[in-house]
Amino acid sequence: MADAKTPAFNLNCPVPRVADDRIVLAHGGGGRLTHQLIEKIFIPAFSNSMLDQRHDGAVLEVNGSRLAFTTDSFVVRPLIFPGGDIGDLAVNGTVNDLAMCGARPLYLSAGFILEEGLEMDTLRTVVNSMQKAAAKAGVHLVTGDTKVVDKGKGDGIFVNTSGIGVIEANVKATIGPASVQPGDVVIISGDLGRHGIAILSVREGLEFESPILSDTASVWPSVEALLNAGIEIHCLRDLTRGGLATTLNEIAADRNVCIKLEETLISVDETVQSACEILGLDPLYVANEGRFAVFVPAAQADAALEVMKKVPVSQSSVRIGKVEETPGRTVVLQSRIGGNRVVDMLSGEQLPRIC
Amino acid sequence: MKFLSEYRDQKAAEQLAAAIRRKTTRPWTIMEICGGQTHTIVKSGLEDLLPREITLVHGPGCPVCVTPIELIDKAVAIAQRPEVIFCSFGDMLRVPGSSKSLFDVKAEGADVRIVYSPLDALKLARTNPSRQVVFFAVGFETTAPANAMAAWQADHDGIENFSLLVSHVLVPPAMEALLSSDNCVVQGFLAAGHVCTVMGFEEYFPIAAKYEVPIVVTGFEPLDILDGILMTVAQLEEGRHEVENQYARAVRREGNRPAQKTIAEVFEITPREWRGLGEIPASGFQLRGRFQKYDANRRFPFTGTPAHESPECISGLILQGIKKPHDCPAFAVKCTPENPLGAPMVSSEGACAAYYHYGRRQNTSVQPELSSPASR
Repeated sequence: MADAKTPAFNLNCPVPRVADDRIVLAHGGGGRLTHQLIEKIFIPAFSNSMLDQRHDGAVLEVNGSRLAFTTDSFVVRPLIFPGGDIGDLAVNGTVNDLAMCGARPLYLSAGFILEEGLEMDTLRTVVNSMQKAAAKAGVHLVTGDTKVVDKGKGDGIFVNTSGIGVIEANVKATIGPASVQPGDVVIISGDLGRHGIAILSVREGLEFESPILSDTASVWPSVEALLNAGIEIHCLRDLTRGGLATTLNEIAADRNVCIKLEETLISVDETVQSACEILGLDPLYVANEGRFAVFVPAAQADAALEVMKKVPVSQSSVRIGKVEETPGRTVVLQSRIGGNRVVDMLSGEQLPRIC
Repeated sequence: MKFLSEYRDQKAAEQLAAAIRRKTTRPWTIMEICGGQTHTIVKSGLEDLLPREITLVHGPGCPVCVTPIELIDKAVAIAQRPEVIFCSFGDMLRVPGSSKSLFDVKAEGADVRIVYSPLDALKLARTNPSRQVVFFAVGFETTAPANAMAAWQADHDGIENFSLLVSHVLVPPAMEALLSSDNCVVQGFLAAGHVCTVMGFEEYFPIAAKYEVPIVVTGFEPLDILDGILMTVAQLEEGRHEVENQYARAVRREGNRPAQKTIAEVFEITPREWRGLGEIPASGFQLRGRFQKYDANRRFPFTGTPAHESPECISGLILQGIKKPHDCPAFAVKCTPENPLGAPMVSSEGACAAYYHYGRRQNTSVQPELSSPASR
């Protein structure tokens, strides 16, 4: 450097940008912006006692029986990916939302938005997968709708499914975030990140020695086993968009509790971990389509684990942490090397890093 | 992927931390250069293991954070042109320019795409001959070989609808700028391992000698960083100021010669404006000679107004290690990842974002009672 005292450090930074005049992709990322959208746009318009519970589905009292009702839209590129396709996903996603209410999934609707030019074979493949997934989950597809949009106005196929399930009379507990309390143990039903990385690896042309398959599956058999075994379930949540970190942050914020995790207990497949390292992603935030978290009282944790491990979809269930009173609204992770960090909710989608 | 579990082993981490504690007799301030290292430190809660005498300050090695606002504005303006496919690494998209980010213009209809390699952008140029494909060539010496290769390949294959918006920056001049500043607080450096993978570490010897400062080339896993800190502390305690290589499994003294050759063929050294730091002489790369035809700056003349800057962001002080993110009154209050006042709050490698996401919102450890080996 020519002059030892250069440069002059003039401190500068940009003025803030206004981010809320248009929808950006991050509004659909499941993170903080999605929540802002819900808080600022949807809740003020639609607020009612059932919606305000913010669960995966609504629980409705009808003539003395309790029904669960939920809806979900599926937009995924590529339509067919390792381990499944948009059809499996659309059925299992809604089945799982019902299961998370403790409800036996019964009936589904399917709404298709098809793009002009879509190959009929692709549609056939997707519809066959839906049929197979529905049969496997024991649900019936009882009503539907189809619309076609101009080429370029859709991404091949968009699917919406809505579902109805029944909460059996012998299930007395209220399953939902409101029942989570300090002392609860957190169990997850298997390893993390398979679905998100399966999709990304196809999208980004990453190839691995052993291909990563999506974990898309109905988790109802596992929930049913827990209910049949009489486990006192406080809360069930599937770990879809935004992954484990987002789900736990929602619950911690909702109940004003602290959820403490141990990194060494959380299992991530080696290939998934490698992909995450390459892409600069954190598997805690990567989407799953066949994994869920269970909150149970500490005294029931061993029994719950034993039941879950006997069901194929949750055979690698593991206890990953516990609920404590303070500090509220926080998820804390003890890292592998023994340090601690807060696991925050993301603003939007995870972005691959430069280097 | 064994190397990951090995370099994240708790027992080994505790042993290194104990060795650091034994060695430390006085307060020392050490700067890790690279944003990737900052990320590891905060993500693994590594500071919980250090004695309170050791202060880590976070250096200017986040390419997203130091890319000047004028260049973001330029990128945004180019991306808005209807003939352009604008390609970038993911974390540049959220960085605010003076009025918009690349994400904003994407939402307005601009064709902005995330790529993982400049060669993917070149591929897009090949398959879209009627469009202009522009790649945002940002980064330190680490990403320079791939970017140089893209320009070289475009030239070799005669691809004309491709260009680079170059904002390459270099580590050693930034270290010199920090060290020669009157208010420099840094007593030892963890040099950026991956930069040295490309460039080697010979250029650090004169810096260590001139400023009498230990420089330890350090990797990115938690154990690498603890080891790098131990080596730096040992030098400081013993009054040495040498260049040492902790990251020997990836870095050779001379670096990667073929990569350096490609860089030298395509780029030449130029003064660069660093966001938050100002202009530093001879601190960047620009396209040279016959490769200047791939310079997006020349292809798309920019006639924007000078960027407006907010006085509230103290990123300049943070990038110099004089202040920590939670020392900033705007931190986590007016400045959040959703509404960043400055770039260090945007990138996952930025010190402010790392502090925000991983819970360093006050000047204390988050949950001391959960941390068995913690010493602070």
